[in-house]
Amino acid sequence: MAAPHDKEVVNEMAMSNGTLSRRGFLAAGLGAVTLPLLAGCSSDLGRTVASGLFGTRLPSETLVFWNLFGGGDGTRMQAMEAGYRKRYGADSLQATTFAWGNPYYTKVTLATVGNKPPDVAVSHLTRAKPLWNGDLLEPITDADLASVGLKPSDFAKRPWDAQRTDGHTIAIPLDTHPIVMFFNRDVCQKAGLLEADGALTALDDMDRFESALEAISKVTGGVAMTIPNVGGETATEWRVFWTFYNQHKGVSPFLSDNGARLTVDEDVFGDVNDRLQSWVKKGWVNKGLDYATAESYMFTGKAGLYLEGEWEITTAQSVKGLKFGMVPIPTLYDQPATQADSHTFVLPRKDRTPEERHQAMLFIRSMLDQSLTWAKGGHIPAFRRAADSAAYKALSPQSAYASAAEHAVYDDPAWYGGSGSTFEGIVGAQLGLVQQLAISPKDALQAIKDQLSVYLNTPSPL
Amino acid sequence: MTTATIAATTPLAARGTRHANTASPMQRNDSRSAWLFIAPFGVFYLAFLLGPTLYMFVMSFFNTSLVHSGLGTFAGFANYAEMLSRPDFWSSLWHTLQFTLYTTPPLVILAFVFAVLTNRLNRGQWFFRLAFFLPFILPSATISLIWVFVFTPSTGLWPLVETWFGVTPGSGVLSSPNTAMIGVAIATVWWTLGFNFVLYLAGLQDIPRELYEAAAVDGASTWAQIRYITIPMLGRTTTLVVLLQIIASLKIFDQVYLMTSGGPGISTQVSLQLITNTAFTDNRLGAGSAASVLLFIVIIVIAVIRQLVDRSAARKEA
Repeated sequence: MAAPHDKEVVNEMAMSNGTLSRRGFLAAGLGAVTLPLLAGCSSDLGRTVASGLFGTRLPSETLVFWNLFGGGDGTRMQAMEAGYRKRYGADSLQATTFAWGNPYYTKVTLATVGNKPPDVAVSHLTRAKPLWNGDLLEPITDADLASVGLKPSDFAKRPWDAQRTDGHTIAIPLDTHPIVMFFNRDVCQKAGLLEADGALTALDDMDRFESALEAISKVTGGVAMTIPNVGGETATEWRVFWTFYNQHKGVSPFLSDNGARLTVDEDVFGDVNDRLQSWVKKGWVNKGLDYATAESYMFTGKAGLYLEGEWEITTAQSVKGLKFGMVPIPTLYDQPATQADSHTFVLPRKDRTPEERHQAMLFIRSMLDQSLTWAKGGHIPAFRRAADSAAYKALSPQSAYASAAEHAVYDDPAWYGGSGSTFEGIVGAQLGLVQQLAISPKDALQAIKDQLSVYLNTPSPL
Repeated sequence: MTTATIAATTPLAARGTRHANTASPMQRNDSRSAWLFIAPFGVFYLAFLLGPTLYMFVMSFFNTSLVHSGLGTFAGFANYAEMLSRPDFWSSLWHTLQFTLYTTPPLVILAFVFAVLTNRLNRGQWFFRLAFFLPFILPSATISLIWVFVFTPSTGLWPLVETWFGVTPGSGVLSSPNTAMIGVAIATVWWTLGFNFVLYLAGLQDIPRELYEAAAVDGASTWAQIRYITIPMLGRTTTLVVLLQIIASLKIFDQVYLMTSGGPGISTQVSLQLITNTAFTDNRLGAGSAASVLLFIVIIVIAVIRQLVDRSAARKEA
C-alpha cells in the first residue's frame, strides 16, 4: 500500500528547497565560480579562460602549441617544452596534448577552418599532406628557415624530400620513426644468432631469415616472431606489409593520384602475404595476438623477434632484467626498405605578425636543438646536427637501427591516407585476417578493393 | 521533481488546449503579442535548429567540403546512393537499433518496477529517489570513466565479481565484439534510469488513493491492484516514457564514443559516429549530411510506427 503522505512529502521537499533560500544558494554558487575566475585573470589560467570565453587573444608572446604525444613521448615532449620555457619565460608557451590519431587531425582542421588554430602544431608527415591540400597550412620559406639559422641541408634527406609538396616546404621534420625488429638476446643467443660482439647475425636473405626463424622456434618451443594483429590493431600489419612490399624492386605505389586510383601490384601483394601465411602455418609467426601480448612474448622469451615501431623502446627498457636489441628489418627481397613516418612541425594557416612568425620558428628551432632528448624515445633525429653527433652515436640501441631512416618508405599520399588513417584501418584489418589465416590473400585484396571503392570513387574533399 | 510532474501532465494539458483553440480562436492582438513573447526563443530556434537543419538538407545534395567555403559541386543523389551502398552505414544503423533494443525495455520496465517499489515505502523514500536519480545528473564523460573502470579486463570490478562466482574473466566486456554493446547498454541503463523513474513516480502520485482503497475493500490482492489500477492509470506516462526513450536511444553517441570509440573494429560504431567521421574526419560535410538525413528519416519512421501501434491499441481498448 502506498504511503499516505507522498504528495505532501514532495511538496515539502520543494518548499524546504525554497526556504533553504534558493536565491541565496544560487548567488553563493555563482560567486564561488566567478571569484577565482576574476581573481585568476591576472594569472596564466585566467587569461586562458578569458580567451576561451570571449575570444580575446592571448598575449602575443604566448605561443600556442598542439601535439598528440602520450606515454614516453609525452613525457619527453614536456621536458623539451620546459627547455623552451626556461629560455623564453614561463608564460611563453601554452602546450596542449590531444588524443592521438584521427581525432587530433579533426581538431587541427576545425580550429584552422574556424580561424583559431595553434601557432605551431605537430603533424605526421603523411598527415601534413592532406592538411596542405586542404589549404590549411602555410608554406615555410627558406627565409623563415634562415631567420633561425636553418637550411634544408640540415635535415635528413628522406623526410625532407618526402615533405616537399608542390615545390613548397610544408613541414619541418623532427624525426623518422620506422618499424624495426626487436630481438630478445637470451633467445637469440641460444639459437646461435648472436655474433661475438653481441650484435644480431645479419639476416638479409630470405633463406637465412627463414632458417633463423626455424632455429628460434626450436628454442622457444613455439613462435619465433610476433606481429600484433588483433584487438583493434591495424597499423602494425600495414607497416610489416608495406616494408616487405617495398623491398621488391620497381614496385608500383599502392595508391596513385592522391588516392583516386588503386595501383597496388597484385602479384607482389600475393607474394608477400603467401609468405607471411606460410610462416604462420609453420608456427613461426603468431596467428592472433594483440599489441601488448605480442610484445610480452618477446619480453618473456616466448618469442625471439618482434616487429613494431621503434617507440616501443620505452616499454622494453622498463621491463626488468630484459636484454634486448633492435635492428632494421632485414632485407628479404631485392632492396632495403622500411615503412616509416615522421613527426613534423607545421604552421596552420592564420594571420600572423612577422614577430609571431619568427617566434614560431624559434620554437621549432628550440625543439630541434633538443633532438637528443627526443631520440631517447627511439625516434631517429631528422636534424642532422643531432643525428651526426657523437652523443647520438653513443646512444644504444638507438644508433644500431639509425640506418633504417635512409630506407624509409612513407605511405602513399591520399586524402584519406597516412598514419592512423581510414586507409590504414581498412587495409590493416584485412592484412590482420590474412595473418590469422581467416582469409586468403586474394580474398583480402578483393575486400580491400570493395571497401576502398567509396574513397577511390569520391572526389577529394580537399 | 517539478520537471517530472510537468512532463507527465503535458499530454493531458496539450489535449485541453487543442480543444480550446478550435472553440475560440485567438484575437488578432493576442496573437501578435504571443509572437512577440515567442520571438526570443524563436530566433534561437531558427538560428540554431531550423536553419542548420535546412542547410543540412541542401548540403546532402552537394559535394560540400569541410575545409572549403561554399556548397561545392552538385552531387544529386550520389551521396545518398553512396551511403545506402556502404556496408558500414548499414552496420552502424543496425548497431544503433541494437542499442535501442537493448536499452529501451529495461529502462521502461525497471524504472516502473523501482518506482512502484519506492512508492510503497513509508519512510526513507527520499533516499531511493536520490539514489536512482543521482547518476542521471552526471555527465556522460564521468559515467563512461566509471564503467570503463568497472569493465577493465582482469583488474576491474566486473572481473572481480566474476572470480567470486568462479568464472574466469575473459578479455573484458568491452573488448569483445559480442559483448561490447551490452556493456555500453548496461552503463546507459544505470545512467538514465533515474529520469524515467521520476516520471513514473510522479505518475504514481497522481493516481487517486480512493481507487486502491476501494479495491482493497473488494478484496483485490496487491498484484491485482497493480495489474488493474496502477498499470492502466500509468498508460499515458508509459507512452511518453517509451517515446522519449526510443528517440534518446536512437541518438546514442557519447557513451559509445567514450567507452569503445566504436570498437572493437567497427562492432559498436553507431550512426552518429559514422556521420561525425564522414563529416569531420573525412572532411565530407555533404556525405555526412546525407547520412544524417537518412538517420532522421529512420527516427521519424520509427516514431510514426510507434504512434500508429499505440493508437490502434487505444482503439481496441475503447
